[in-house]
Amino acid sequence: MNLEEYLASPVCAKPEGPEDRIVMSSRVRLARNLRDHAFPTWAKQKGRIESLQLIRPAVESLPKLDSAFSAGMEELATVDKQILVERHLISREHAAKKAGSGVVFVEDESICVMINEEDHLRMQAILPGLQVQEAWKVVDELDTQLEEKLEFAATTELGYLTACPTNLGTAIRVSAMLHLPGLVLAEQINQIITSVQKLGLAVRGLYGEGTEALGNVFQVSNQRTLGESEAEITERLGKVLRQIIENEENARATLLEDKPHTVYNHIGRAYGILANAHIIASKETMNLLSLLRLGVDLGMFKGLDRGVIDELFLITQPAHLQKQHTDKLDAEERDVRRAEMLRTRLRKIERPRIPKNK
Amino acid sequence: MLCNVCNENEATVHLTQIVGEKLQKVDLCEGCSKEKGIGDPTGYSLADMLLGLGATEEADEISPDLKCPACKYTQADFKKSGRFGCPECYTVFSEGLESMLKSMHKGLKHVGKTPRTVIAQDSSRKLEKLKAQLDQAVEEENFEEAARLRDEINSLESVPVEDSKA
Ligand SMILES: [Zn+2]
Ligand SMILES: [Zn+2]
Repeated sequence: MNLEEYLASPVCAKPEGPEDRIVMSSRVRLARNLRDHAFPTWAKQKGRIESLQLIRPAVESLPKLDSAFSAGMEELATVDKQILVERHLISREHAAKKAGSGVVFVEDESICVMINEEDHLRMQAILPGLQVQEAWKVVDELDTQLEEKLEFAATTELGYLTACPTNLGTAIRVSAMLHLPGLVLAEQINQIITSVQKLGLAVRGLYGEGTEALGNVFQVSNQRTLGESEAEITERLGKVLRQIIENEENARATLLEDKPHTVYNHIGRAYGILANAHIIASKETMNLLSLLRLGVDLGMFKGLDRGVIDELFLITQPAHLQKQHTDKLDAEERDVRRAEMLRTRLRKIERPRIPKNK
Repeated sequence: MLCNVCNENEATVHLTQIVGEKLQKVDLCEGCSKEKGIGDPTGYSLADMLLGLGATEEADEISPDLKCPACKYTQADFKKSGRFGCPECYTVFSEGLESMLKSMHKGLKHVGKTPRTVIAQDSSRKLEKLKAQLDQAVEEENFEEAARLRDEINSLESVPVEDSKA
């Protein structure tokens, strides 16, 4: 099976979701391990290959995954693994794995299973917009079906046993990817991060290292997994997300009220650079695309779809860019090709106008 | 949140590691985390890094030779990586687990989904135990206790467990 066939599908065709102005996607991931098998990080390669041979056919036989892409990690080229990382299908750690680990995912990328990452199974459902409950339902069903085929390590006292005790119990990680340019521009983001952390949830920039949150994209997720049911965890996270959405909307409204020219200036300059640059780095691209996305939300661009921006977010990243060229690109060449692609994609987009309903 | 090392910059790298039965949380700024060479979270010991050598010795005293019979994982391995070797390790290293879990999670008892087979095994184990207690109570002519146990057994058996039909 060819990875290209799967990944060639245009991302902008992705269905829209509730609250997707601010919530880019919702994800629920479950960790599961086999009884009587060492966890993948401790098992020898022979043991990992053995457990992979048990797990992979079981996963492939699930009704929702019967025409899924499935591969051992040793079968995938480095650039393809990187592409899967950029699409949030696998972790950076998993991309480094070779024989004894695998990945299975469906064409629309809504379901992905990593086999022998830190745990034997890490299965996730990703849905567009704010749909944490729905994502939980999808992955819950998969898990229930798998339970008929594989014997999972669990006890009634401690729940699902995981390699790391921080995931013990429900072994669930519920998260959402948020676009928060308003809170960043209004310099309220740190306050929000602090108060969300106080609720036992984690917030981090999705791209970039350390304090950087490139493209103003943040991920909010639960940290605790023992002592609280899946339903309670998803519900609480959902509540917090709705609160953050409200804060973001308020921040945008206040910015437009108090400093409209600053906001229009940011967006206009972002458009100017993205549509006309000849050399542009990945970091700058993400930050400017974020402003363009805000412009779309504010109704400043005619004929520019939020989906197109989200697609550009993805295809301007290093591995995606490399994939479109047969020759190996160095960083400088990538910056030239990236600018080329952006100019082409934005050629027909008229420059931003001040929204009428201001 | 300020960096624990320089106390100047905003902490952006948040680390958690288990040392013996203690959970250690450390918050570092980007500069300090780079300086400390933190990239591979399994390759260093937080306690050694921050509190100087010797801080982890206390933990060694618990049961340094304890080894999981199923996967050969040792307490020392756990101390280093914060991860277990196999599901059986949770039983082997149960001592000290509770206080560690307390610092990480909301509760100590699992609430939520559990595999059907695990629930079935658990209730059949419980049932067996109750039946043995009932036999003993009858033998000792402790009828009050026997009646109580019988009620408990009846209520357990009336819960339909699909697996028992198979
Ligand atoms: Zn510092
Ligand atoms: Zn073990």
